[in-house]
Amino acid sequence: MADDVILETEGLTKEFHGFVAVKDVALRVRRGTIHALIGPNGAGKTTCFNLLTHFLTPTRGRIRFNGREITGSRPADIARLGLVRSFQISAVFLHLSVLENVRVALQRKRGGSFDFWRSERVLDSLNGRALELIDAVGLAPFARTLAVELPYGRKRALEIATTLALDPEMMLLDEPTAGMAHEDVERISALIKRVAVNRTVLMVEHNLSVVENLSDTITVLARGEVLAEGDYRTVARSPEVIQAYMGSGHA
Amino acid sequence: MSATTDPYVGATLPAVAGVSPPHVVAFLIMTAALVAAPFFVYPVFLMKALCFALFACAFNLLIGYVGLLSFGHAVFLGSAGYGAAHSAKVWGFPPELAILFGTAAATVLGVVVGALAIRSKGIYFANITLAFAQMVYFFSLQAAFTGGEDGIQSVPRGTLLGVLNLKDTLTLYFVVLAIFLLGFLLIFRAIHSPFGQVLKAIRENEPRAISLGYRAEQYKLLAFVLSATFAGLAGATKALVFQLASLTDVHWTMSGEVVLMTLLGGLGTVFGPVVGAFIVVTLENYLAQLGAWVTVVQGVIFVICVLTFRRGVVGELGNLLRKSL
Repeated sequence: MADDVILETEGLTKEFHGFVAVKDVALRVRRGTIHALIGPNGAGKTTCFNLLTHFLTPTRGRIRFNGREITGSRPADIARLGLVRSFQISAVFLHLSVLENVRVALQRKRGGSFDFWRSERVLDSLNGRALELIDAVGLAPFARTLAVELPYGRKRALEIATTLALDPEMMLLDEPTAGMAHEDVERISALIKRVAVNRTVLMVEHNLSVVENLSDTITVLARGEVLAEGDYRTVARSPEVIQAYMGSGHA
Repeated sequence: MSATTDPYVGATLPAVAGVSPPHVVAFLIMTAALVAAPFFVYPVFLMKALCFALFACAFNLLIGYVGLLSFGHAVFLGSAGYGAAHSAKVWGFPPELAILFGTAAATVLGVVVGALAIRSKGIYFANITLAFAQMVYFFSLQAAFTGGEDGIQSVPRGTLLGVLNLKDTLTLYFVVLAIFLLGFLLIFRAIHSPFGQVLKAIRENEPRAISLGYRAEQYKLLAFVLSATFAGLAGATKALVFQLASLTDVHWTMSGEVVLMTLLGGLGTVFGPVVGAFIVVTLENYLAQLGAWVTVVQGVIFVICVLTFRRGVVGELGNLLRKSL
Protein backbone atom coordinates (compact mmCIF):
# COMPACT_ATOMS: atom_id res chain seq x y z
CA MET A 1 0.00 0.00 0.00
CA ALA A 2 2.75 2.43 0.95
CA ASP A 3 4.33 1.86 -2.44
CA ASP A 4 1.16 3.13 -4.02
CA VAL A 5 1.71 6.60 -2.62
CA ILE A 6 4.22 8.65 -4.57
CA LEU A 7 4.01 11.91 -2.65
CA GLU A 8 3.07 12.21 0.97
CA THR A 9 3.07 15.07 3.42
CA GLU A 10 2.76 14.92 7.16
CA GLY A 11 1.68 17.87 9.30
CA LEU A 12 2.80 20.32 6.63
CA THR A 13 2.56 23.83 8.05
CA LYS A 14 3.65 27.26 6.85
CA GLU A 15 3.40 30.42 8.89
CA PHE A 16 4.13 33.91 7.64
CA HIS A 17 4.78 36.18 10.63
CA GLY A 18 2.09 34.50 12.67
CA PHE A 19 -0.37 34.08 9.81
CA VAL A 20 -0.92 30.39 9.16
CA ALA A 21 -1.18 29.91 5.40
CA VAL A 22 -1.02 26.14 5.42
CA LYS A 23 -1.95 24.19 8.53
CA ASP A 24 -1.20 20.58 9.29
CA VAL A 25 -1.84 19.30 5.79
CA ALA A 26 -1.58 15.55 5.27
CA LEU A 27 -1.64 14.87 1.57
CA ARG A 28 -1.33 11.46 -0.05
CA VAL A 29 -1.03 11.37 -3.80
CA ARG A 30 -1.38 7.91 -5.32
CA ARG A 31 0.95 6.90 -8.11
CA GLY A 32 -0.44 7.21 -11.61
CA THR A 33 -3.41 9.41 -10.68
CA ILE A 34 -4.42 12.96 -11.42
CA HIS A 35 -4.91 14.65 -8.10
CA ALA A 36 -6.45 18.11 -7.90
CA LEU A 37 -6.01 20.64 -5.14
CA ILE A 38 -8.91 23.07 -5.05
CA GLY A 39 -10.29 25.66 -2.69
CA PRO A 40 -11.46 29.26 -2.54
CA ASN A 41 -9.02 32.15 -2.96
CA GLY A 42 -6.46 32.35 -0.20
CA ALA A 43 -6.97 28.73 0.81
CA GLY A 44 -3.23 28.10 0.65
CA LYS A 45 -3.10 26.10 -2.58
CA THR A 46 -0.17 27.89 -4.13
CA THR A 47 1.67 28.07 -0.82
CA CYS A 48 1.19 24.35 -0.52
CA PHE A 49 2.59 23.95 -4.00
CA ASN A 50 5.63 26.08 -3.25
CA LEU A 51 6.28 24.00 -0.15
CA LEU A 52 6.21 20.78 -2.13
CA THR A 53 8.80 22.05 -4.58
CA HIS A 54 10.76 23.92 -1.90
CA PHE A 55 10.43 27.36 -3.34
CA LEU A 56 9.23 27.95 0.24
CA THR A 57 10.52 26.28 3.39
CA PRO A 58 7.88 24.71 5.63
CA THR A 59 7.65 25.90 9.21
CA ARG A 60 6.83 22.36 10.32
CA GLY A 61 6.05 19.02 8.80
CA ARG A 62 7.56 16.52 6.44
CA ILE A 63 7.43 15.72 2.75
CA ARG A 64 8.22 12.30 1.28
CA PHE A 65 8.58 11.60 -2.41
CA ASN A 66 8.88 7.97 -3.51
CA GLY A 67 9.43 6.96 0.08
CA ARG A 68 12.33 9.36 0.38
CA GLU A 69 12.34 12.30 2.74
CA ILE A 70 12.84 15.49 0.71
CA THR A 71 11.88 18.11 3.29
CA GLY A 72 15.26 19.88 3.34
CA SER A 73 16.28 19.50 -0.31
CA ARG A 74 16.95 22.40 -2.69
CA PRO A 75 14.45 23.16 -5.49
CA ALA A 76 16.87 22.19 -8.28
CA ASP A 77 17.55 18.85 -6.58
CA ILE A 78 13.85 18.07 -6.19
CA ALA A 79 13.46 18.58 -9.92
CA ARG A 80 16.33 16.16 -10.48
CA LEU A 81 14.51 13.49 -8.45
CA GLY A 82 11.62 13.64 -10.92
CA LEU A 83 9.19 16.04 -9.24
CA VAL A 84 8.82 18.94 -11.65
CA ARG A 85 6.52 21.92 -11.32
CA SER A 86 4.94 24.52 -13.55
CA PHE A 87 4.05 28.05 -12.49
CA GLN A 88 0.84 30.04 -12.17
CA ILE A 89 2.01 32.74 -14.54
CA SER A 90 3.24 31.01 -17.63
CA ALA A 91 6.92 30.32 -17.11
CA VAL A 92 8.70 30.18 -20.43
CA PHE A 93 12.01 31.67 -21.51
CA LEU A 94 10.58 34.60 -23.45
CA HIS A 95 13.55 35.54 -25.62
CA LEU A 96 14.48 32.02 -26.58
CA SER A 97 12.78 30.24 -29.46
CA VAL A 98 10.21 27.51 -28.82
CA LEU A 99 12.81 24.93 -29.83
CA GLU A 100 15.41 26.39 -27.47
CA ASN A 101 12.91 26.46 -24.62
CA VAL A 102 12.36 22.73 -24.83
CA ARG A 103 15.99 22.02 -25.58
CA VAL A 104 17.19 23.74 -22.42
CA ALA A 105 15.19 21.17 -20.48
CA LEU A 106 16.57 18.26 -22.52
CA GLN A 107 20.04 19.69 -22.08
CA ARG A 108 19.94 19.20 -18.33
CA LYS A 109 19.75 15.43 -18.60
CA ARG A 110 22.35 15.42 -21.33
CA GLY A 111 24.89 16.91 -18.93
CA GLY A 112 27.88 19.06 -19.86
CA SER A 113 25.97 22.26 -19.24
CA PHE A 114 29.01 23.97 -17.74
CA ASP A 115 30.95 23.53 -21.01
CA PHE A 116 31.58 27.14 -21.90
CA TRP A 117 34.28 26.26 -24.42
CA ARG A 118 32.10 24.06 -26.64
CA SER A 119 29.92 25.25 -29.48
CA GLU A 120 26.19 25.18 -28.86
CA ARG A 121 25.98 23.06 -32.01
CA VAL A 122 26.58 20.03 -29.79
CA LEU A 123 23.01 20.65 -28.63
CA ASP A 124 21.63 20.09 -32.11
CA SER A 125 21.57 16.37 -31.35
CA LEU A 126 18.65 17.16 -29.03
CA ASN A 127 16.61 18.90 -31.73
CA GLY A 128 14.85 15.75 -32.91
CA ARG A 129 13.51 14.90 -29.48
CA ALA A 130 12.63 18.56 -28.86
CA LEU A 131 10.62 18.76 -32.07
CA GLU A 132 8.71 15.61 -31.13
CA LEU A 133 7.69 17.17 -27.84
CA ILE A 134 6.80 20.44 -29.56
CA ASP A 135 4.70 18.53 -32.03
CA ALA A 136 2.96 16.64 -29.22
CA VAL A 137 1.59 19.90 -27.80
CA GLY A 138 0.60 21.22 -31.22
CA LEU A 139 3.33 23.82 -31.57
CA ALA A 140 5.20 22.33 -34.53
CA PRO A 141 4.60 25.34 -36.83
CA PHE A 142 6.08 27.65 -34.18
CA ALA A 143 9.36 25.84 -33.47
CA ARG A 144 11.44 28.83 -34.65
CA THR A 145 9.24 31.49 -33.08
CA LEU A 146 10.43 33.37 -30.04
CA ALA A 147 8.32 32.37 -27.05
CA VAL A 148 7.47 36.03 -26.41
CA GLU A 149 5.49 36.11 -29.65
CA LEU A 150 3.18 33.20 -28.74
CA PRO A 151 -0.36 33.85 -27.51
CA TYR A 152 -1.04 32.97 -23.89
CA GLY A 153 -2.60 29.54 -24.42
CA ARG A 154 0.30 28.44 -26.55
CA LYS A 155 2.80 29.65 -23.98
CA ARG A 156 1.17 27.27 -21.51
CA ALA A 157 1.40 24.47 -24.03
CA LEU A 158 5.09 25.27 -24.47
CA GLU A 159 5.53 25.19 -20.73
CA ILE A 160 4.02 21.73 -20.59
CA ALA A 161 6.25 20.53 -23.43
CA THR A 162 9.28 21.87 -21.52
CA THR A 163 8.19 20.08 -18.36
CA LEU A 164 7.60 16.87 -20.30
CA ALA A 165 11.11 17.11 -21.72
CA LEU A 166 12.39 16.19 -18.27
CA ASP A 167 10.21 13.07 -18.41
CA PRO A 168 9.27 13.60 -14.76
CA GLU A 169 7.70 10.87 -12.71
CA MET A 170 5.40 13.45 -11.23
CA MET A 171 4.24 16.84 -12.53
CA LEU A 172 2.91 19.64 -10.39
CA LEU A 173 0.76 22.01 -12.43
CA ASP A 174 -0.18 25.35 -10.92
CA GLU A 175 -3.48 26.45 -12.50
CA PRO A 176 -2.76 25.07 -15.97
CA THR A 177 -5.84 26.66 -17.54
CA ALA A 178 -5.89 29.99 -15.71
CA GLY A 179 -6.68 32.95 -17.93
CA MET A 180 -7.28 30.82 -21.01
CA ALA A 181 -9.83 31.11 -23.77
CA HIS A 182 -12.39 28.32 -23.96
CA GLU A 183 -10.86 26.37 -26.85
CA ASP A 184 -7.43 26.56 -25.21
CA VAL A 185 -8.86 25.11 -22.01
CA GLU A 186 -10.09 22.09 -23.91
CA ARG A 187 -6.80 21.63 -25.69
CA ILE A 188 -4.78 21.83 -22.48
CA SER A 189 -7.17 19.47 -20.62
CA ALA A 190 -6.82 16.91 -23.39
CA LEU A 191 -3.07 17.36 -23.26
CA ILE A 192 -2.93 16.85 -19.50
CA LYS A 193 -4.99 13.73 -19.81
CA ARG A 194 -2.67 12.42 -22.49
CA VAL A 195 0.58 13.11 -20.66
CA ALA A 196 -0.76 11.74 -17.39
CA VAL A 197 -1.01 8.23 -18.81
CA ASN A 198 2.16 6.96 -17.24
CA ARG A 199 2.89 9.54 -14.64
CA THR A 200 1.35 11.26 -11.65
CA VAL A 201 -0.09 14.75 -11.82
CA LEU A 202 -0.93 17.04 -8.94
CA MET A 203 -2.61 20.25 -10.01
CA VAL A 204 -4.09 23.35 -8.53
CA GLU A 205 -7.09 24.35 -10.61
CA HIS A 206 -9.95 26.83 -10.38
CA ASN A 207 -11.95 25.62 -13.33
CA LEU A 208 -14.25 23.04 -11.76
CA SER A 209 -15.29 21.45 -15.03
CA VAL A 210 -11.62 20.77 -15.77
CA VAL A 211 -11.26 19.31 -12.30
CA GLU A 212 -14.35 17.15 -12.73
CA ASN A 213 -13.22 15.97 -16.11
CA LEU A 214 -9.63 15.13 -15.21
CA SER A 215 -9.19 14.29 -11.57
CA ASP A 216 -9.20 10.92 -9.88
CA THR A 217 -8.91 12.46 -6.45
CA ILE A 218 -9.67 15.94 -5.18
CA THR A 219 -8.44 17.57 -2.02
CA VAL A 220 -10.31 20.68 -0.93
CA LEU A 221 -8.37 23.25 1.06
CA ALA A 222 -9.90 26.12 3.00
CA ARG A 223 -8.05 28.51 5.28
CA GLY A 224 -4.96 26.37 4.94
CA GLU A 225 -6.59 23.17 6.12
CA VAL A 226 -7.87 20.08 4.36
CA LEU A 227 -11.65 20.29 4.29
CA ALA A 228 -12.55 17.22 2.27
CA GLU A 229 -11.01 14.61 0.04
CA GLY A 230 -12.35 12.09 -2.44
CA ASP A 231 -13.60 11.89 -6.00
CA TYR A 232 -15.60 14.72 -7.54
CA ARG A 233 -19.03 13.44 -6.51
CA THR A 234 -18.04 12.86 -2.91
CA VAL A 235 -16.43 16.25 -2.59
CA ALA A 236 -19.23 18.10 -4.36
CA ARG A 237 -21.77 16.71 -1.90
CA SER A 238 -19.78 17.62 1.19
CA PRO A 239 -21.66 20.34 3.12
CA GLU A 240 -18.39 21.86 4.39
CA VAL A 241 -17.22 22.30 0.82
CA ILE A 242 -20.48 23.87 -0.27
CA GLN A 243 -20.29 26.23 2.65
CA ALA A 244 -16.69 27.19 1.96
CA TYR A 245 -17.45 27.94 -1.66
CA MET A 246 -20.88 29.52 -1.36
CA GLY A 247 -20.70 31.12 2.07
CA SER A 248 -22.70 30.23 5.17
CA GLY A 249 -26.07 31.24 3.67
CA HIS A 250 -26.16 28.13 1.51
CA ALA A 251 -25.23 25.61 4.17
CA MET B 1 21.47 9.70 -12.97
CA SER B 2 21.49 11.63 -16.21
CA ALA B 3 20.59 9.75 -19.35
CA THR B 4 23.63 9.21 -21.53
CA THR B 5 22.09 7.40 -24.45
CA ASP B 6 20.13 9.58 -26.78
CA PRO B 7 18.27 7.79 -29.55
CA TYR B 8 17.84 11.04 -31.44
CA VAL B 9 21.48 11.74 -32.19
CA GLY B 10 21.82 12.51 -35.84
CA ALA B 11 18.77 14.70 -36.25
CA THR B 12 20.31 17.99 -37.27
CA LEU B 13 18.86 21.42 -37.70
CA PRO B 14 20.63 24.75 -37.96
CA ALA B 15 21.03 26.47 -34.62
CA VAL B 16 18.29 28.97 -33.96
CA ALA B 17 19.95 32.07 -32.58
CA GLY B 18 23.52 30.87 -32.71
CA VAL B 19 26.47 32.08 -34.71
CA SER B 20 24.96 33.89 -37.67
CA PRO B 21 26.46 35.14 -40.96
CA PRO B 22 26.26 38.79 -39.80
CA HIS B 23 28.49 37.86 -36.84
CA VAL B 24 31.10 36.36 -39.15
CA VAL B 25 31.03 39.33 -41.52
CA ALA B 26 31.23 41.84 -38.69
CA PHE B 27 34.08 39.92 -37.12
CA LEU B 28 36.06 39.90 -40.36
CA ILE B 29 35.52 43.63 -40.85
CA MET B 30 36.59 44.33 -37.29
CA THR B 31 39.73 42.19 -37.58
CA ALA B 32 40.74 43.72 -40.92
CA ALA B 33 40.24 47.23 -39.55
CA LEU B 34 42.30 46.46 -36.46
CA VAL B 35 45.14 44.94 -38.49
CA ALA B 36 45.32 48.01 -40.74
CA ALA B 37 44.71 50.58 -38.01
CA PRO B 38 48.25 50.95 -36.52
CA PHE B 39 49.53 52.20 -39.87
CA PHE B 40 47.12 55.13 -39.73
CA VAL B 41 46.45 55.75 -36.06
CA TYR B 42 48.79 56.13 -33.07
CA PRO B 43 49.28 52.49 -31.88
CA VAL B 44 49.39 53.24 -28.15
CA PHE B 45 45.98 54.85 -28.40
CA LEU B 46 44.69 51.75 -30.23
CA MET B 47 46.16 49.43 -27.62
CA LYS B 48 44.46 51.40 -24.88
CA ALA B 49 41.15 51.09 -26.74
CA LEU B 50 41.69 47.34 -27.27
CA CYS B 51 42.34 46.75 -23.57
CA PHE B 52 39.18 48.64 -22.66
CA ALA B 53 37.24 46.82 -25.39
CA LEU B 54 38.21 43.47 -23.87
CA PHE B 55 37.32 44.81 -20.42
CA ALA B 56 33.89 45.90 -21.67
CA CYS B 57 33.29 42.54 -23.39
CA ALA B 58 34.06 40.77 -20.11
CA PHE B 59 31.67 43.07 -18.28
CA ASN B 60 29.00 42.53 -20.92
CA LEU B 61 29.18 38.77 -20.40
CA LEU B 62 27.79 39.37 -16.93
CA ILE B 63 25.25 42.12 -17.50
CA GLY B 64 24.19 41.26 -21.04
CA TYR B 65 23.86 37.51 -20.67
CA VAL B 66 23.18 36.94 -16.97
CA GLY B 67 21.54 40.26 -16.17
CA LEU B 68 23.85 41.06 -13.27
CA LEU B 69 25.12 44.64 -12.94
CA SER B 70 28.51 44.57 -11.27
CA PHE B 71 29.59 47.95 -10.01
CA GLY B 72 33.03 46.83 -9.00
CA HIS B 73 34.59 45.41 -12.10
CA ALA B 74 37.56 47.77 -11.80
CA VAL B 75 38.77 45.42 -9.04
CA PHE B 76 39.61 42.75 -11.59
CA LEU B 77 41.10 45.15 -14.13
CA GLY B 78 43.20 46.91 -11.50
CA SER B 79 44.41 43.98 -9.43
CA ALA B 80 45.43 42.03 -12.53
CA GLY B 81 47.39 45.14 -13.51
CA TYR B 82 49.15 45.20 -10.14
CA GLY B 83 49.80 41.46 -10.37
CA ALA B 84 51.32 41.71 -13.84
CA ALA B 85 53.33 44.83 -13.06
CA HIS B 86 54.70 43.53 -9.77
CA SER B 87 55.63 40.12 -11.14
CA ALA B 88 57.32 41.62 -14.21
CA LYS B 89 59.20 44.36 -12.37
CA VAL B 90 60.08 42.81 -9.00
CA TRP B 91 60.18 39.10 -9.76
CA GLY B 92 61.45 39.51 -13.31
CA PHE B 93 58.64 37.47 -14.91
CA PRO B 94 58.64 37.39 -18.72
CA PRO B 95 55.57 39.15 -20.20
CA GLU B 96 53.59 35.97 -20.91
CA LEU B 97 53.95 34.79 -17.31
CA ALA B 98 53.29 38.28 -15.93
CA ILE B 99 50.02 38.46 -17.88
CA LEU B 100 49.05 34.95 -16.77
CA PHE B 101 49.86 35.77 -13.17
CA GLY B 102 47.85 39.00 -13.24
CA THR B 103 44.92 37.24 -14.88
CA ALA B 104 45.05 34.40 -12.34
CA ALA B 105 44.95 36.98 -9.54
CA ALA B 106 41.75 38.37 -11.03
CA THR B 107 40.28 34.86 -11.31
CA VAL B 108 40.96 34.18 -7.63
CA LEU B 109 39.41 37.50 -6.63
CA GLY B 110 36.50 36.67 -8.93
CA VAL B 111 35.84 33.43 -7.05
CA VAL B 112 35.89 35.22 -3.68
CA VAL B 113 33.78 38.23 -4.66
CA GLY B 114 31.48 36.14 -6.84
CA ALA B 115 30.77 33.53 -4.18
CA LEU B 116 29.59 36.26 -1.83
CA ALA B 117 27.85 38.56 -4.30
CA ILE B 118 26.00 36.01 -6.42
CA ARG B 119 23.43 35.30 -3.72
CA SER B 120 21.92 38.72 -4.12
CA LYS B 121 20.25 40.41 -7.05
CA GLY B 122 19.73 43.82 -8.62
CA ILE B 123 20.76 46.80 -6.57
CA TYR B 124 22.06 44.58 -3.73
CA PHE B 125 24.37 42.77 -6.12
CA ALA B 126 25.65 46.11 -7.43
CA ASN B 127 26.16 47.32 -3.84
CA ILE B 128 28.11 44.27 -2.72
CA THR B 129 30.42 44.41 -5.72
CA LEU B 130 30.92 48.14 -5.13
CA ALA B 131 31.73 47.53 -1.46
CA PHE B 132 34.38 45.00 -2.45
CA ALA B 133 35.77 47.39 -5.01
CA GLN B 134 36.14 50.08 -2.33
CA MET B 135 37.90 47.62 -0.02
CA VAL B 136 40.35 46.65 -2.75
CA TYR B 137 40.86 50.33 -3.59
CA PHE B 138 41.81 51.23 -0.03
CA PHE B 139 43.97 48.14 0.24
CA SER B 140 45.78 49.20 -2.93
CA LEU B 141 46.24 52.68 -1.50
CA GLN B 142 47.82 51.35 1.69
CA ALA B 143 49.69 48.19 0.67
CA ALA B 144 53.44 48.46 0.16
CA PHE B 145 53.78 46.57 -3.11
CA THR B 146 51.30 48.69 -5.05
CA GLY B 147 53.29 51.87 -4.58
CA GLY B 148 50.25 53.71 -3.20
CA GLU B 149 49.61 57.01 -5.01
CA ASP B 150 52.59 56.49 -7.31
CA GLY B 151 51.57 53.06 -8.53
CA ILE B 152 54.08 50.66 -10.05
CA GLN B 153 56.01 52.57 -12.69
CA SER B 154 58.49 51.67 -15.44
CA VAL B 155 57.29 48.10 -15.72
CA PRO B 156 59.57 46.29 -18.18
CA ARG B 157 57.77 44.97 -21.27
CA GLY B 158 60.37 42.27 -21.83
CA THR B 159 60.48 39.72 -24.60
CA LEU B 160 57.45 37.56 -25.29
CA LEU B 161 58.30 33.82 -25.19
CA GLY B 162 61.94 34.87 -25.53
CA VAL B 163 61.34 35.82 -29.18
CA LEU B 164 59.24 38.92 -29.63
CA ASN B 165 60.74 42.14 -28.34
CA LEU B 166 57.83 44.11 -26.95
CA LYS B 167 59.79 47.35 -26.79
CA ASP B 168 58.93 47.65 -30.44
CA THR B 169 55.55 49.38 -30.49
CA LEU B 170 54.21 47.67 -33.58
CA THR B 171 55.17 44.20 -32.32
CA LEU B 172 53.50 45.03 -29.04
CA TYR B 173 50.43 46.20 -30.91
CA PHE B 174 49.99 42.92 -32.71
CA VAL B 175 50.51 40.96 -29.50
CA VAL B 176 47.82 43.07 -27.82
CA LEU B 177 45.55 42.60 -30.82
CA ALA B 178 46.07 38.82 -30.63
CA ILE B 179 45.22 38.84 -26.91
CA PHE B 180 42.12 40.93 -27.58
CA LEU B 181 40.92 38.67 -30.39
CA LEU B 182 41.57 35.56 -28.31
CA GLY B 183 39.58 37.01 -25.40
CA PHE B 184 36.81 38.24 -27.69
CA LEU B 185 36.43 34.84 -29.37
CA LEU B 186 36.46 32.95 -26.07
CA ILE B 187 33.75 35.22 -24.68
CA PHE B 188 31.79 34.81 -27.92
CA ARG B 189 32.11 31.06 -27.61
CA ALA B 190 31.00 31.10 -23.97
CA ILE B 191 27.88 33.03 -24.97
CA HIS B 192 27.13 30.51 -27.72
CA SER B 193 27.86 27.34 -25.76
CA PRO B 194 25.70 24.86 -23.83
CA PHE B 195 26.68 26.89 -20.78
CA GLY B 196 25.57 30.10 -22.53
CA GLN B 197 22.16 28.57 -23.25
CA VAL B 198 21.61 27.89 -19.57
CA LEU B 199 22.78 31.42 -18.70
CA LYS B 200 20.20 32.88 -21.09
CA ALA B 201 17.51 30.67 -19.56
CA ILE B 202 18.46 31.91 -16.09
CA ARG B 203 18.43 35.51 -17.29
CA GLU B 204 14.98 35.01 -18.83
CA ASN B 205 13.36 33.21 -15.90
CA GLU B 206 15.45 32.07 -12.98
CA PRO B 207 12.76 30.18 -10.97
CA ARG B 208 11.81 28.25 -14.09
CA ALA B 209 15.45 27.34 -14.80
CA ILE B 210 15.71 26.10 -11.20
CA SER B 211 12.52 24.09 -11.57
CA LEU B 212 14.10 22.36 -14.56
CA GLY B 213 16.85 21.18 -12.23
CA TYR B 214 19.56 23.79 -12.83
CA ARG B 215 21.43 25.01 -9.77
CA ALA B 216 21.32 28.61 -10.93
CA GLU B 217 23.85 29.98 -8.45
CA GLN B 218 26.60 27.71 -9.78
CA TYR B 219 26.05 28.94 -13.32
CA LYS B 220 26.04 32.53 -12.20
CA LEU B 221 29.24 32.00 -10.25
CA LEU B 222 31.02 30.51 -13.24
CA ALA B 223 29.86 33.43 -15.39
CA PHE B 224 31.13 35.86 -12.77
CA VAL B 225 34.52 34.15 -12.56
CA LEU B 226 34.85 34.08 -16.37
CA SER B 227 33.96 37.75 -16.51
CA ALA B 228 36.53 38.57 -13.80
CA THR B 229 39.17 36.52 -15.60
CA PHE B 230 38.77 38.32 -18.92
CA ALA B 231 38.63 41.69 -17.17
CA GLY B 232 41.91 40.61 -15.54
CA LEU B 233 43.43 39.67 -18.88
CA ALA B 234 42.58 43.17 -20.10
CA GLY B 235 44.08 44.77 -16.98
CA ALA B 236 47.30 42.73 -17.06
CA THR B 237 47.83 43.53 -20.75
CA LYS B 238 47.13 47.20 -20.13
CA ALA B 239 49.77 47.32 -17.37
CA LEU B 240 52.44 46.07 -19.78
CA VAL B 241 51.35 48.44 -22.55
CA PHE B 242 51.55 51.53 -20.35
CA GLN B 243 54.33 50.08 -18.18
CA LEU B 244 52.24 51.25 -15.28
CA ALA B 245 49.78 49.90 -12.73
CA SER B 246 48.01 52.65 -10.82
CA LEU B 247 45.09 53.45 -8.56
CA THR B 248 43.06 54.74 -11.53
CA ASP B 249 42.37 51.19 -12.61
CA VAL B 250 40.93 50.09 -9.26
CA HIS B 251 38.98 53.31 -8.67
CA TRP B 252 35.19 53.17 -8.74
CA THR B 253 35.07 55.65 -11.64
CA MET B 254 36.67 52.92 -13.75
CA SER B 255 33.81 50.58 -12.80
CA GLY B 256 31.44 53.33 -13.94
CA GLU B 257 33.28 53.87 -17.18
CA VAL B 258 32.87 50.26 -18.25
CA VAL B 259 29.12 50.55 -17.64
CA LEU B 260 29.09 53.61 -19.93
CA MET B 261 31.08 51.81 -22.65
CA THR B 262 28.80 48.79 -22.61
CA LEU B 263 25.57 50.81 -22.58
CA LEU B 264 26.77 53.16 -25.28
CA GLY B 265 27.85 50.33 -27.56
CA GLY B 266 24.88 48.07 -26.87
CA LEU B 267 24.23 45.90 -23.87
CA GLY B 268 23.88 42.21 -24.64
CA THR B 269 25.24 42.56 -28.16
CA VAL B 270 28.43 40.84 -29.26
CA PHE B 271 30.18 43.85 -30.81
CA GLY B 272 28.59 46.65 -28.78
CA PRO B 273 31.16 46.74 -25.97
CA VAL B 274 34.00 47.01 -28.52
CA VAL B 275 32.36 49.94 -30.28
CA GLY B 276 31.46 51.55 -26.95
CA ALA B 277 35.02 51.25 -25.67
CA PHE B 278 36.46 52.85 -28.82
CA ILE B 279 33.99 55.72 -28.62
CA VAL B 280 34.71 56.44 -24.96
CA VAL B 281 38.48 56.16 -25.31
CA THR B 282 38.43 58.41 -28.40
CA LEU B 283 36.32 60.99 -26.60
CA GLU B 284 38.67 61.01 -23.64
CA ASN B 285 41.62 61.42 -25.94
CA TYR B 286 40.26 64.28 -27.99
CA LEU B 287 38.52 66.02 -25.15
CA ALA B 288 41.54 65.75 -22.85
CA GLN B 289 42.26 69.48 -23.09
CA LEU B 290 38.87 70.19 -21.57
CA GLY B 291 40.17 68.75 -18.27
CA ALA B 292 37.48 68.05 -15.73
CA TRP B 293 34.81 68.82 -18.34
CA VAL B 294 35.39 65.39 -19.89
CA THR B 295 33.25 63.89 -17.15
CA VAL B 296 30.49 66.39 -17.85
CA VAL B 297 30.57 65.58 -21.56
CA GLN B 298 30.49 61.86 -20.75
CA GLY B 299 27.53 62.42 -18.47
CA VAL B 300 25.65 64.27 -21.19
CA ILE B 301 26.39 61.47 -23.69
CA PHE B 302 25.19 58.91 -21.16
CA VAL B 303 21.92 60.78 -20.69
CA ILE B 304 21.40 61.17 -24.44
CA CYS B 305 22.10 57.47 -24.92
CA VAL B 306 19.60 56.40 -22.29
CA LEU B 307 16.96 58.83 -23.56
CA THR B 308 17.25 58.35 -27.31
CA PHE B 309 18.97 55.10 -28.21
CA ARG B 310 18.64 52.69 -25.37
CA ARG B 311 19.89 49.69 -27.29
CA GLY B 312 23.23 51.41 -27.83
CA VAL B 313 24.98 52.02 -31.16
CA VAL B 314 25.28 48.37 -32.17
CA GLY B 315 21.90 47.43 -30.71
CA GLU B 316 20.15 50.15 -32.76
CA LEU B 317 22.11 49.16 -35.85
CA GLY B 318 21.15 45.51 -35.40
CA ASN B 319 17.55 46.58 -34.97
CA LEU B 320 17.67 48.58 -38.22
CA LEU B 321 19.14 45.64 -40.11
CA ARG B 322 16.82 43.20 -38.30
CA LYS B 323 19.91 41.15 -37.37
CA SER B 324 21.45 40.30 -34.04
CA LEU B 325 25.01 41.67 -33.93
